[in-house]
Amino acid sequence: MNKKFGIKEVVAMGIGTALFVVLTNVQIPVFVVPNTFLQPRMAVLAFLSAIFGPIVGAVIGLAGHALGDAIFYGSVWWSWVFPDAIVGLVIGLFVKKYGVMNGEFVKVKNIVLFNVVQVVSNALAWILVAPVLDIIIYKEPANKVFLQGVSAFVLNIIIIGILGTILLTVYSKIVGKSSDLKVEE
Amino acid sequence: MSRMISYEKKDTPIHKLSGFTKLVFFLLWCMTSALTYDTRILILMLIFGAIIYYISGTKWKQVSGVFAAIMFFMVINLVCIFFFAPYQGCTIYSSRTELFHLFGGYYMTKEQLFYEFNVLLKYFTVIPSAFIFLVTTDPSELAASMNSIGIPYTIAYAIEIALRYIPDIQDEFHRIKNAQEARGIELSSKGKMIDRIKNTSVIIFPLLFSSMERIDVVSNAMELRGFGKNKKRSWYSKKPLKTGDYVALALIVLFFIVSMVITFRNGDRFYNPFIEK
Repeated sequence: MNKKFGIKEVVAMGIGTALFVVLTNVQIPVFVVPNTFLQPRMAVLAFLSAIFGPIVGAVIGLAGHALGDAIFYGSVWWSWVFPDAIVGLVIGLFVKKYGVMNGEFVKVKNIVLFNVVQVVSNALAWILVAPVLDIIIYKEPANKVFLQGVSAFVLNIIIIGILGTILLTVYSKIVGKSSDLKVEE
Repeated sequence: MSRMISYEKKDTPIHKLSGFTKLVFFLLWCMTSALTYDTRILILMLIFGAIIYYISGTKWKQVSGVFAAIMFFMVINLVCIFFFAPYQGCTIYSSRTELFHLFGGYYMTKEQLFYEFNVLLKYFTVIPSAFIFLVTTDPSELAASMNSIGIPYTIAYAIEIALRYIPDIQDEFHRIKNAQEARGIELSSKGKMIDRIKNTSVIIFPLLFSSMERIDVVSNAMELRGFGKNKKRSWYSKKPLKTGDYVALALIVLFFIVSMVITFRNGDRFYNPFIEK
């Protein structure tokens, strides 16, 4: 455990959280459902979780969302903070299977796995946890929070599916290059 | 970014409290606000919050922009609650007092107004505490205080790194954004949605990859200085607890317990002015 959780992970949590907070402001509003946005920062969260693993992902989601909310809005929406941590955690669980650092994320199999995992994690976070917390904490009407949850789910799988996948593929190509030596004929 | 809330050094009783006290205060405050729906407690919290806000010497200018943004979201949110569930209040308070007819099946009821008033109050009770916490707590002290409530120091240190690097990454973000705009890429809200997604990735790519490099640089530097060798770590900016801290801690714990008792005394979390008469 201690070996795996090294200095690099600590720094990744820190810088990743900072990055996530900075990108809080970069969002593309969707006017159908209130307070719901297309968030590029979710793609960054998925990216970092897929490289540094579940604990880093969960911390970036939790701390990044709470700090970002507090710094930009002065208030923390706890019911939407925990789902972000879940997304980071679940995506990070399969970190070895993606093989990003070995340059293997260009394979279709790995990309499909990543996307299946991200859809499942988002479903868990936004269709289950977020609305339930909204109902428990704020007693908001069920149909409203589930609609918000479902739209957050759809928007997040879109942004992670497109931007997250592209980011990981490109990065995987760059870092994996050194092992691309071939025997000369 | 002008709209960001950040630490400001001042000499007020709140600034003098240790980060540990403020962190515990903030967390218990948020928990109370999340658990209770008792109007009396929420109003009390609002008044309490206003007093603390006054003592902390926070200027209105520091927070007004953010405040306006929250107000805007709250209005949308409240209107939506009404359209999705116009009788949520009636179900909660199990009574129905119609005020006037709006249109179709929508009636304005006293219960609904009261319920939405409570939702508004609830959001607003968290605002001053989060503001004040961030404005009055030195980031490096925050890490020390997180460690002292039992969070592993690696994670506390990660939060400290985050707070340290937010301004740097923000600068870099603006640099990249300006550079891309100079190349003629439209990033303001004028563009179409699809274009904006595409153009946002033009910023994310360089920003993310330079951050990955930064992770390497910083972790190498920390490794050279032997970070993580020992199980424990001491903190330069840790403040010892003083009398004021104990008083504040006692107050918030007492407040938390009393409000929980009042909230759950009659079986549910709502203060119901409609039935008790």
